[in-house]
Amino acid sequence: MEIELLFWEGCPSYPEARTLLEEVLATHGIDAQVQMREVRTGNEAEQLAFPGSPTIRIDGQDVDSEGARSRPALTCRIYRRPGGGVSPIPSREQLEAALG
Amino acid sequence: MTVALASEAPPFDLPGTDGRNHSLADYADASWLAVVWSCNHCPYVQAWEGRMKAIQRDYGSRGFRLVAINSNDSDSYPEDSFEEMQARVEREELNFDYLHDEDQSAARAYGPDSTPEVFLFDPDRRLVYHGAIDDSRDEGSVQAQYLRDALDALLAGGEPPLAETAPVGCSVKWRK
Repeated sequence: MEIELLFWEGCPSYPEARTLLEEVLATHGIDAQVQMREVRTGNEAEQLAFPGSPTIRIDGQDVDSEGARSRPALTCRIYRRPGGGVSPIPSREQLEAALG
Repeated sequence: MTVALASEAPPFDLPGTDGRNHSLADYADASWLAVVWSCNHCPYVQAWEGRMKAIQRDYGSRGFRLVAINSNDSDSYPEDSFEEMQARVEREELNFDYLHDEDQSAARAYGPDSTPEVFLFDPDRRLVYHGAIDDSRDEGSVQAQYLRDALDALLAGGEPPLAETAPVGCSVKWRK
């Protein structure tokens, strides 16, 4: 399994996202390294179709397919909660669903 | 350079989403004025926005006003354009003024790093609290309500228990 966490240093949420992701991996006994990839420029954001920080892809699939369609930008990414709230990181449930 | 504690509020005169300009002097009737750096696109702002509304609602009758300022470069972040600000006020029924700092002059004068970031001024317009609204973007996990605690203390004639805290949020998007 290939797990990639793309981040932009200008948004403070990626360490929290990484911690949550590693917790979920440990809970489910998944032995996989999280590959950290920094996105530094607007051009890189375009090239990587990076909709904001953090973006987590598992075997190339974004953990939030709806949010993945947002305009590429160096920004904090919005994750929408089922109840109508928002968060700067994906939920545990989103990560678990994406990990299958 | 961020406004220092006990410093005077720098003046501003900015267009609001209501179609009128709003200056610092226009808020003279407010004993306590919170100038909050804000924007549309940031998930941290969106997570805290309901609490901003609640604070304005709960303290508005006690001489408090909250005014939000968006200084982000809307060329690079079109979600933060003036038109989008107007749409957000309507959609989210914001109960505070939302001002557009297009040339970023107010941001340069106050020196915020983040959105949201609070500058709370006393009746003499001296900075008495600077930082975060509270200690968690997740409302259910809040342990310390910094801005409410500051207001409660000030309204009781005391000093904020914490005068400065570290704001957490999106960076202000400066023009290049």
